[in-house]
Amino acid sequence: MLYKNPYNNYFDYVVQRDMDKCIRCKDCVTQCSYDANFYDEERDLIYSLDSNCVGCMRCSTFCPTDCIRIVRNPDTFRINANWKDNNVKDLYKQAGTGGIIITGMGNDKPYKNYWEHMVIDACQVTNPSIDPLREPMELRTFLGRKPDRLEVNKDGDITTKLAPQLVLETPIMFSAMSYGSINYNVCESVARAAKELGIYWNTGEGGLPDTLYEYGKHTIVQCASGRFGVSPEYLNAGAAIEIKIGQGAKPGIGGHLPGEKVLEGISRTRMIPVGTDAISPAPHHDIYSIEDLRQLIYALKEATRYEKPVSVKIAAVHNVAAIASGIARAGADIIAVDGFRGGTGAAPKSIRDNVGIPTEVAIASVDQRLREEGIRHQVSLVAAGGFRNSSDIVKAIALGADAVYIATSALMAVGCTLCQQCHRGRCAWGITTNDPELSKRVNPEIGAERLVNLIRAWSNEIKEMLGLMGINSIESLKGNRDRLRGVGLSEIELQTLDIKQAGM
Amino acid sequence: MGIKPSTPYGKDFGGCGLVGIIDRSGGSLSGSMVVSSLCSMKERGNGLGSGYAVYGAYPDFKDSFGLHIMYNDISAREPVEEFLKTRLRIKHSEPVPVKKLHSMNTPPEFWRYFADPPEDLDVQDEDANDDLIVGVVMEINERIDNAYVVSSGKNLGVFKGVGHPDEIAEFFRMQDYKGYLLLGHTRFPTNTPGWWGGAHPFTILDWSIVHNGEISSYGTNKRYVEMFGYKCTLLTDTEVVAYLLDLLVRKKGLTLSAAASVLAPPFWKNIQDMEPPKKDYYTALRMCYGNASLNGPFAILMGFDNGILGLNDRIKLRPLIVGRKGDIVAIASEESAIREVIKEPEDVWAPKAGEPFIVKLKEDVTQVRST
Repeated sequence: MLYKNPYNNYFDYVVQRDMDKCIRCKDCVTQCSYDANFYDEERDLIYSLDSNCVGCMRCSTFCPTDCIRIVRNPDTFRINANWKDNNVKDLYKQAGTGGIIITGMGNDKPYKNYWEHMVIDACQVTNPSIDPLREPMELRTFLGRKPDRLEVNKDGDITTKLAPQLVLETPIMFSAMSYGSINYNVCESVARAAKELGIYWNTGEGGLPDTLYEYGKHTIVQCASGRFGVSPEYLNAGAAIEIKIGQGAKPGIGGHLPGEKVLEGISRTRMIPVGTDAISPAPHHDIYSIEDLRQLIYALKEATRYEKPVSVKIAAVHNVAAIASGIARAGADIIAVDGFRGGTGAAPKSIRDNVGIPTEVAIASVDQRLREEGIRHQVSLVAAGGFRNSSDIVKAIALGADAVYIATSALMAVGCTLCQQCHRGRCAWGITTNDPELSKRVNPEIGAERLVNLIRAWSNEIKEMLGLMGINSIESLKGNRDRLRGVGLSEIELQTLDIKQAGM
Repeated sequence: MGIKPSTPYGKDFGGCGLVGIIDRSGGSLSGSMVVSSLCSMKERGNGLGSGYAVYGAYPDFKDSFGLHIMYNDISAREPVEEFLKTRLRIKHSEPVPVKKLHSMNTPPEFWRYFADPPEDLDVQDEDANDDLIVGVVMEINERIDNAYVVSSGKNLGVFKGVGHPDEIAEFFRMQDYKGYLLLGHTRFPTNTPGWWGGAHPFTILDWSIVHNGEISSYGTNKRYVEMFGYKCTLLTDTEVVAYLLDLLVRKKGLTLSAAASVLAPPFWKNIQDMEPPKKDYYTALRMCYGNASLNGPFAILMGFDNGILGLNDRIKLRPLIVGRKGDIVAIASEESAIREVIKEPEDVWAPKAGEPFIVKLKEDVTQVRST
């Protein structure tokens, strides 16, 4: 049977080109890594194969005469409120391939975003706001286990042996992105920025390339179910170790690195053959229960002589509060909770879009639960999954996080335009590709500078917001839900977030 | 009046005037002294709350816990007394003597109870005794409608309510009390008006707190103390300071000055410049007890059984001044209030931002706890 897939005609984007303005420089052709643009020598015209366009804006950005517009394809299936565009397209794709649909980046569905329903308090009259340009404003944050009480001897010296801590100059860290899912230049950009900012970056589960060991003091090394790149040297190279149990974008399943992206350097660092898919097991096969997690935590502490805090990262799921409590009791020093808007280099679309819960509610319930159990002050809580700006971060800390992890925003600082093609390894912006030519599109020096700019800008905004709340130290924002109010939330939502309605 | 308002706010805020006076030799100061000092700062309040604490008020019962209880409705007395009998041995109880004033509509009724822990509790185990009292206070405040514990220390009386400082002093007959340490407070609330329980001092055990300012970190502090069983029920942010102090000093074992460094910690840039043992000490304090640090503008006086601790926020956004003459030391919002009671002070100075000022009874003076 001759069959034409209807999807072919109903692609997402159309590349419109104003041929009067086009100077045939062919920049759009060379910039497009998805073969959407090509030059017809005979007719001296540039065409686009619109079905290949992913909407990444690389060509229009680089067009010197600004003659390209990437617009949504007006051609559409018959409008149907039930069978939305993506439902139809995905179905056709699967009927054509028999495969699971893989995608990149975070959940893009219009779920309620609670950050947008919380507003921040400010001082008026009774309480002076503080001007961060004129007064000190402190963002320093410690992550790690804290004692319940400090013992002090007669001379006033502290006799309690303190657990190792991560010291952050601003409560923001770069979340786990593995070498392989992003290329070396991006890893280096992130590592450099972390060092300059006095914060931390996270290797993800791809190991640490030898040449990045120099950033060890600002590195969190991850140990995931695939154990890629894990060695005693690796564990000891970082400032902290993170056990990755789950990821917000795909709770319940392991990491995916398509074989197309496993090139020489990645193969060496991950200790796997070139070209093989690196599919991490869904669970850690040595962790089938909480007591097993405890064993792994202490095995890692033993391996690093109890000199490094151990973090456990979980995806935000329904029972996240109880799970976090178990993790704290299993000996983790830091709990990272990754909400369902967190990004990924590759995940089944059905999982990314439907599994897990928002980080806002997860943080609220984890913080509350740890308080009810009287152990919140002993562990650190890191929120991850979809932070877009400094106010999201302020709200997360007011709900109870000690610090946040960002990754999607970090990639955007380096150039990502959220086209969701990370899994294909052809990133036109040179981020989620290991192709040697494409990778050159990220210069680590410029990448680091842009990341530093972003975090400095956000930190300054956080200081401004602390100042207007009459607070001059980030400690006084932590769990300070009194300074948040809800707008447009139901009573049960307010109750879950444990905040009051605006006007109350 | 006197009914706990049904405001959804968890705290109140506003300006205030405060004063503390101590005779370091342990001598008796008349209650009128703190009244006249406070009245000189009348314009710092708006008549919606004033109060006094007198340490040394009950020499006859100095080894018993003195519970001052406010009844918004006297029907609450019966359940409170029933409850107290199940937890404590009441040695003596009586209404707090008051003078009815025309300017006050239906003020609440006040009773005081002098009580000892049950016989099976070791008197030497101060911590267990204190825990028992804290539990009693929390339970009455939270569970029994229309009853609030105003003070619960030994040899300590706290008198507070809605009115100007002179009215409250007249109502509670302040001239009849004597003590070695007196605190006073007049309030300018912008919230919770008319709530007698909202006036300062706020107390727990021997701690009594008078506070000028607003605690911007209230949510953080409240949720921190709640982890340790304290319950903030009095609709004001000052209450949490009393619980923080009790937690830090009694339960976490910090010295007063260490506790003050937790409440108003040195800036990181100052810690950076310190030498190692000191540097590690302040780093550890901030690291471990960051949730207990107070933010926002404040001047706070914290009375305890043998002294006063005065503390400003880290950038001194509210006034606090100390004056001294011989053994008499006074701390107040305004110098005029000091000069009202110390005619020609030898020294007058303003403590620095965030640096605690602690004045104690002389070492050979023991006033309160006989143990």
